[in-house]
Amino acid sequence: MSMLTPGFADPVLDAQAAFRAVLDAMSRPGRLQNAGRGLTPPAPLAPAAAAVLLSLADAATPLWHDAGAEADGWLRFHAGAPVASAPQDAAFLLATGAPPAIAMLDAGIEEEPERGATLLIQVEALEEGNGLRLTGPGIEHEHRLLVRGLPEGFVAAWAANRALFPRGVDVILCAGDRLAALPRTVAIAEG
Amino acid sequence: MNAPMEGYNFAYLDEATKRMLRRTILKAVAVPGHQIPFGAREMPLPYGWGTGGIQVTAAILGPADTLKVIDQGADDTTNAISIRRFFTRVAGVATTERTEDATIIQTRHRIPEAPLREDQVLVYQVPQPEPLSKLEPRRAETKRLHALADYGLMHVRLYEDIARLGHIAKAYDYPVMVNGRYLMSPSPIPAFDNPKMHRMAALQLFGAGREKRIYAIPPYTEVRSLDFEDHPFRPIRAPQACALCGSRESYLDEVITDDRGGRVFVCSDTDYCGTRVAARKGAA
Repeated sequence: MSMLTPGFADPVLDAQAAFRAVLDAMSRPGRLQNAGRGLTPPAPLAPAAAAVLLSLADAATPLWHDAGAEADGWLRFHAGAPVASAPQDAAFLLATGAPPAIAMLDAGIEEEPERGATLLIQVEALEEGNGLRLTGPGIEHEHRLLVRGLPEGFVAAWAANRALFPRGVDVILCAGDRLAALPRTVAIAEG
Repeated sequence: MNAPMEGYNFAYLDEATKRMLRRTILKAVAVPGHQIPFGAREMPLPYGWGTGGIQVTAAILGPADTLKVIDQGADDTTNAISIRRFFTRVAGVATTERTEDATIIQTRHRIPEAPLREDQVLVYQVPQPEPLSKLEPRRAETKRLHALADYGLMHVRLYEDIARLGHIAKAYDYPVMVNGRYLMSPSPIPAFDNPKMHRMAALQLFGAGREKRIYAIPPYTEVRSLDFEDHPFRPIRAPQACALCGSRESYLDEVITDDRGGRVFVCSDTDYCGTRVAARKGAA
């Protein structure tokens, strides 16, 4: 068994910095933020996704992921989140491979849409400036976001998710130490 | 940065509480205008003194932030000073009275006159987050009305004002529709400030401590004050000029100066007023 790598060097301030990155990302969909620089989570878990989970997941949030046993041990030790046996039971989900269908996840209920899950998808690369066209709250005119390795059929699945508003799932795309968020309000059109 | 007080976690709250607040804030941003219940903690000051706003500020605050706190527009009132001092002691953050130097502005009942920027966050202290509370006291019922986007009660309330008085007699806490979906209380800011919420560049977060609700408006989000085609919303302002800086654009407070009926109108935003007075002195 390999040694467990450390979590945040400063659990308080590093968690705050990662949260602010997610808050900025969620407030300005498609804008890139940095998080988790210096973290060395076990593969395939990348620094940004690891930082988001360390700063937000805990005993109150069932977590589902497909990142394997080593990442599981790391997340259990550092975040302490219980593991959800099925994707639809999870508050946070991390997909390093093909993500579960968004339509299957907990989207909350009309009276409590905040119960909708947060899905983290690790993709190959994220760049601003071209690619998907994003509009909606948080965006002055239009944000462009280039996603390499976006799951197949994502844009169509997203349109269905957005149509559920105020219910819905919120997505955080992560690549290396970069992340961009897609709150359920954002409209996505292909370039 | 000052050395924070020993024996307290950074920004007072424990990390589990901050995570709960942070998850709530993120969902609030994802569902603009929707009130989300949260486990408000007891704070070292009473409900009604901004415990909701303080908890939101504590959850987002970092050592690099510069904090400004205003109470009715003023930086120098007891509430504003004690909240600034609280965060200086428990987080060691820099504070300022200048709107343009702040990264986080916690406010009670005003929006600064200076337009806010993308790198700023405005945190409102909210006494009553439920805009329908005076029309429907049952929480379970208002929750359902929000789920159905059934806001007829509020329209009738505003219509009754017009029928009785000829105009909508709500000078503060004037209800708004956020992103065309949720009816929201802007907190008791004057109706004069409502238009500033519309497509504001800064993120707006709202915290109600006693009522245990958090809600948010993301940047560049549509915020419309409720009105009728034949009775459009009109922000109200005292028709005077500020006695100190001469502004005819800013929101004014009426101040009684003696016991013989003497009074003056001055800017409610002390930083805006002070900056203008200093500029005039510099020019003279």
